[in-house]
Amino acid sequence: MVENEHLIDLNHITKEYDGVTVLDDISLYIRRKEFVTLLGPSGCGKTTTLRIIAGFETPTSGEVLFEGRDIVSLPPYKRRVNTVFQKYALFPHLNVHDNIAFGLKLKKLPRAEIDRRVDAMLDLVNLSGYGKRRVDALSGGQQQRVAIARSLVNEPEVLLLDEPLGALDLKLRKGMQLELKSMQQRLGITFLYVTHDQEEALTMSDTIVVMRDGHILQIGDPKHIYDEPANAFVADFIGESNILRGTMVRDELVHFAGQDFPCVDFGFGEDAPVDVVIRPEDIMLVGEDVGQLTGTIRSVLFKGVHYEMIIDCGAATFKVHSTTMQPQGSRVGLSIVPFNIHIMRPMERPGREG
Amino acid sequence: MSKVSQFFKRFYLGLVLFFLYIPIVVLIIQSFNAGKSRAKWEGFSFTWYEQLFHNTSIMNALWVTVSVAVLATIVSTIIGTLAAIGIHAMKKRPQAVMMTLTNLPNTMPDIVTGVSLMLLFIFANIPRSYTTMLLAHISFDIPYVILSVLPKLKQMNRHTYEAALDLGATPHYALLHVLIPECRQGIVTGALLAFTLSLDDFTISYFTTSPNVQNLSTLIYSATKLGISPTYYALSSLMFVVLLVLLLVVNKRTKEA
Amino acid sequence: MRQYMTLPWWSWLLMGLGLALFIALVALSIRRNRGIKRSLFATPYVLWIIIFTVLPCLLIAYYSLTDASGNLTLDNFRTFWDSNHIMREQLRGVAGDEIAATVVRGSVNVDTLVYSLWMAFLCTAICLLLGYPAALFMADRNMKLGATLVVLFIIPMWMNFLLRTIAWMSLLEDSGLINSLLRSLGLGPVQLMYNQQAVLLGMVYNFLPFMVFPIYTSLNKLDPKLGEAAADLGCNPWRTLYKVTMPLSVPGVISGITMVFMPSVTTFFIPRVLGGGNTQMFGDLIESTFLFSGDWNLGSALSLIMMVLILISLSILRKADPNGEGGGIA
Repeated sequence: MVENEHLIDLNHITKEYDGVTVLDDISLYIRRKEFVTLLGPSGCGKTTTLRIIAGFETPTSGEVLFEGRDIVSLPPYKRRVNTVFQKYALFPHLNVHDNIAFGLKLKKLPRAEIDRRVDAMLDLVNLSGYGKRRVDALSGGQQQRVAIARSLVNEPEVLLLDEPLGALDLKLRKGMQLELKSMQQRLGITFLYVTHDQEEALTMSDTIVVMRDGHILQIGDPKHIYDEPANAFVADFIGESNILRGTMVRDELVHFAGQDFPCVDFGFGEDAPVDVVIRPEDIMLVGEDVGQLTGTIRSVLFKGVHYEMIIDCGAATFKVHSTTMQPQGSRVGLSIVPFNIHIMRPMERPGREG
Repeated sequence: MSKVSQFFKRFYLGLVLFFLYIPIVVLIIQSFNAGKSRAKWEGFSFTWYEQLFHNTSIMNALWVTVSVAVLATIVSTIIGTLAAIGIHAMKKRPQAVMMTLTNLPNTMPDIVTGVSLMLLFIFANIPRSYTTMLLAHISFDIPYVILSVLPKLKQMNRHTYEAALDLGATPHYALLHVLIPECRQGIVTGALLAFTLSLDDFTISYFTTSPNVQNLSTLIYSATKLGISPTYYALSSLMFVVLLVLLLVVNKRTKEA
Repeated sequence: MRQYMTLPWWSWLLMGLGLALFIALVALSIRRNRGIKRSLFATPYVLWIIIFTVLPCLLIAYYSLTDASGNLTLDNFRTFWDSNHIMREQLRGVAGDEIAATVVRGSVNVDTLVYSLWMAFLCTAICLLLGYPAALFMADRNMKLGATLVVLFIIPMWMNFLLRTIAWMSLLEDSGLINSLLRSLGLGPVQLMYNQQAVLLGMVYNFLPFMVFPIYTSLNKLDPKLGEAAADLGCNPWRTLYKVTMPLSVPGVISGITMVFMPSVTTFFIPRVLGGGNTQMFGDLIESTFLFSGDWNLGSALSLIMMVLILISLSILRKADPNGEGGGIA
């Protein structure tokens, strides 16, 4: 599927606005036919990165290579990439057909060819017969499809998508996620996708780039990022986590919540401060007498697939996901297998502690 | 909503409209009066309408009024639209300066605008004429065009222009085929406003034209000193009807569109 | 055709050069590919305002601070305050200080200004009192009349403003329609014209739409659910009007006040026709100073005073509507 050849290389990109650094020495590459997602909270620089590739922004320093050639000075209309904008940016004065045909008309293709390709695109996005409609008469989901069709019809090397599903409701969003992914696989186009929704990133991507404050924190495939987050921020951002301050007593033994726990990590040194990350679904509820920790259930929330319980263990509070419910106020035991305790070097953390 | 309060509201609005329309009705009636007196009805006639078309000074003034309005509208729409696009693209500080300068003529009383332009022409040693009046009209029209176009630009999705570039449009193609069509409504409103203001202007024209080149307003003004002839009533009744028909046609077309 | 081409040759040259410069700049930035600099599009306008707005304002300032032979002086402002001051100076040279001191302060100019401000205030107040309910009823969604009524308010403005004012004469004069009506009722002719009330009537008539439109626009923008919410929270219709609708229409009211007050201070023509020259307003004063007395310096000083007054009152009004939401034109 994904080819090894680098299609786009960003080398040491820095971008400043009025003295504020929004991207700080970013380097990453995108391979042909890869689905890459830039993931991060708002203001992390993900959209700026996308806009630099599209050509709407010029980096303060660094180079953007496209098939090995620097394209920094190439204006957007000469780049072989197309963008799907956050709020679609459809042309309100043109109908659906003319919106999609916009790029083709600029290429001065013959009319019949344009009509054929526009109709094929409408088919692809399940909007056959909508050509004559006004774009503002369409629903959000339909506008979204037109925006994608308008970009894809130009057969770009890379499709850049800037939070394209952000304005849709949950159900529609889930459906579009699958559709986009299958479209990408069928057409064999490289996608660069920007989102702040970690679930979206995990579902669709070949590669996820986690960003924060203009830095790249981690690059990897979804499973790797979920299972082996590089630091507490990534862990917290990708799925829910209990993040605790702890001390590495020695290799494979960590101390947190007032107890020592066996784990599988090593190489941190002795008595080193660390961050301990435990996914809520990795904590097992057991009898009060057999648990490594004991605590009182403070609250229980039904979340559909599982129950989310907040358990107070005195020295620490844990969030636990379980399919069996324990009544509020009851005493339970907590048990964590060594493999599920993730140890990370400490970093300044987002304001929250587990 | 009770019937009584509904009735009261309609009655009040009716009263206000009556107040606004009564002089117009009086004017139109008088334009058909056979006699010259404002006070006495001397029978129905088209005399004044006939005289109207033989009155060269009125016909000249009509020509001046309409041609100035058309030319001023065209020029101010072009300059104003370009200016709105330019101002929209400016950084904050220069943008604020431009907006203050754009709002200035709006807040300046017409008479001050008029005399200041008169001083300018006198200072530059330019004799007042048709052209100076036209220049004055363009000057007071441009801000209205800008103020109509600018909100449309602001409303526009910031990314629409970028989307055009992204799809391969050069900047000037995007300008002509995306930016301008999208603020078309604002441009049309601005042009209509400019035309109306220009057509009806008296004060500024009065100070910027020469006595040889009169538009309708200045002509009427000088006629009031001698006692105004009902020919003018006929003229303005005619113009009123023409504009009314135009409005109905435009309204119908926009409804169909 | 000759009368149309009366500008001196150098002004045509200047315009041509300006246009050529603009086209060259735009062409250059298009060819440079790296995205056209769109702020350049404002260049013709920038040149235009420099010549036709900034320069004239500077000229007003210049003339107001100089005398007829171009020397710097504050005499024009002194004349504004005391129209007899030049006469007194001359008398002092001829007849000595004592006699000169008997010449009282000529307060014509100041009086006219005060009178104009007072009339403008009255006109604005009446327009607001008449216009607010009208705008309120127009914006009433149950009536479904808004758009039609806006057009009905605009249409009268297409009749030439001078003629509309003259039409009031035929209604108000001694032999006019109203007096004929009164006479047939045996109430005898009443003096309706050539007084302050007639001038005020003419002003209100001309400026009322400018009060109604901005208020209507701001009321029309209000979410109708606000009224429902207020009712839901226990407001009766009067309280809703007073507590919700009126505060939210303040920007429209401010904008309406601006649009009526500013032009009414400088009204001219209306006082001449309906006031019969008995009452002069500041606009008439500026006009006659420029065109009949030919005193551009004093005229400029009067204009400058007018402008400063308006700018001050505007900045006070802006404070009440900091976002400028009222929107100038409906």
